[in-house]
Amino acid sequence: MAVYKRTYRGYAGGLTPDWSRFLVMFRYSRRNLFRSKLMNGFFLLCFFFPLLCLLGIYANDHLAALLPSQLGQAKLLKVDGHFFLIFLVVQCFLAFILTVFIGPGLVSPDLANGALTLYLCRPLSRLEYVVGKLSVLAIVLSCATWIPGLILFFVQSSLSGWDWMIKNSWIASGIFLGSWIWILSISLLALALSAWVKWRIAAGGLMLGVLFMGGGFAAAINSVLQTQQGHLLDVSFLISAIWQDLLHDSGERPLPLAEAWFGVFAFAAACFYLLMKKIKANEVVR
Amino acid sequence: MQPVIELNSLSVQLGKHQVLREINSSFTGRTIGLLGPNGAGKSTLISTLLGFWPITSGSARVLGYDVARESKQIRALVGYMPENDSFISGMTAVSFICMMAELSGLPAEQALERAHEALFYVGLGEARYRTLGTYSLGMKQLAKLAQAIVHGPKLVILDEPTNGLDPPARQRMIRLVREMRDAGEMHIVLCSHLLRDVEETCEEVVILKQGRVVHYSNLENERKLNKKFVELELHGNGNTDNFVAAVESLGCESAPGALNRLKLILGDNTEVSDIYRIAAEQNVQLRRMNFRRDTLEEIFLKAMEPNNNGRI
Repeated sequence: MAVYKRTYRGYAGGLTPDWSRFLVMFRYSRRNLFRSKLMNGFFLLCFFFPLLCLLGIYANDHLAALLPSQLGQAKLLKVDGHFFLIFLVVQCFLAFILTVFIGPGLVSPDLANGALTLYLCRPLSRLEYVVGKLSVLAIVLSCATWIPGLILFFVQSSLSGWDWMIKNSWIASGIFLGSWIWILSISLLALALSAWVKWRIAAGGLMLGVLFMGGGFAAAINSVLQTQQGHLLDVSFLISAIWQDLLHDSGERPLPLAEAWFGVFAFAAACFYLLMKKIKANEVVR
Repeated sequence: MQPVIELNSLSVQLGKHQVLREINSSFTGRTIGLLGPNGAGKSTLISTLLGFWPITSGSARVLGYDVARESKQIRALVGYMPENDSFISGMTAVSFICMMAELSGLPAEQALERAHEALFYVGLGEARYRTLGTYSLGMKQLAKLAQAIVHGPKLVILDEPTNGLDPPARQRMIRLVREMRDAGEMHIVLCSHLLRDVEETCEEVVILKQGRVVHYSNLENERKLNKKFVELELHGNGNTDNFVAAVESLGCESAPGALNRLKLILGDNTEVSDIYRIAAEQNVQLRRMNFRRDTLEEIFLKAMEPNNNGRI
């Protein structure tokens, strides 16, 4: 029907499957992400270190061709679990900054403008709404973390051979799992804080506060109480302990691994609980 | 006919506050007005029907679906225009309406087409590429209406649609609601505390007070019934007693009033022309003839009386 015919008519066409509705949330939220030049610039910056690593891996394998014969036998880098741990630490830090930019803008405008009622009066559940918003962060952060990590792993595998890849397959699973733990934790933190604060700048600031002040609190508790349990308040410490284990790093581990897993799980569960408390169609005014 | 909304001893408690108490009702009309003072439970009833609040006891069905178990199916068939500001300020109206249509299940292409149509239909065609944050209050109300009807719902729930609108904008909104009603493709629930809005658009009216239904009336039937109430002012040299007797012999009931006034309830087979005829026969002048009926305001005020126990 032409738009100039101003009469109401019903809709009798087909509908999309129920399960796919969260993808609508993803599609529309993603559209607004890359409007800022600053955001685009920072997103590109996230690929600088992987590119550097890629060059390093390539140069490492081709030293013999690049340098005189005796020097060429030496290795510039040792591409092992520790190498990928450093990669993960750098990229996950950048991913965190990316989340500070993106995360608060996903939920807080909906809450500030009362748009949740409009979403949730449609055949869309609260969980689907959260999954839709979370998927935006998950995909963007994946581009900065495990996707380049796995590319580096496969490049190294192609240069070092099938045997190296089989022998070091735990690195690939470590990169993948380690990245996802970080992505889910900080995404839930970003959404929960922005749902409560409803002001994106404040929510971004609060995210930085939670991450860095958590470390400060942990150190204070550890030194006052002469314990290591204070680390349970420092989610970045807990996750890096898990990374160390996943990537077989031999660094110092002040906390048992089970406690680190428990701490991260409790942190994510608390963020999810706080988020779901706010994702409601109506707020009771008492 | 299947009821649009069916409430069976519906009670809803929010925290310690009992908001809806044992409501029993069944509505089949095309336009249903939900009236009541602030805090009567109108918005809570709507939120409950949409599945936002859990039912404490009893049950409710919308378009045949159970609210407690099939809220997703209900939401697919319902369009809702909330009372409060609900929009996304950074989005253009057309993207916003399109997204809402897609969330209701329309494929992207049809959603975009219908978003344009809905915006033209409500009168925002020329402003459809403006961001919602730049809209006036009246325009935001119209955008909310557009998102409520874009997916072609079977039932549209309008919560205070004329809130904050100036008189021309209110008229436009009422006209749109009437057009939607007359198009015959959807049922409408209009929740308001503005009696004129409800009177101008609704066939059925439910009045809520302190979480209970205190009055239900079918305005269409009442309008028909009320045409039987006539108030006359008589003058002339003729015999008014004979006039009254002749009118009563036709099956009318009469009650004399002050200043030569006479109230009549016309009999089933009596027409107004019969009264003119008898007046001419009895040489009585009819100076004035009014069709008297209870206005919605009178009905509402009676319902709100302190000792009203639900009967008017």
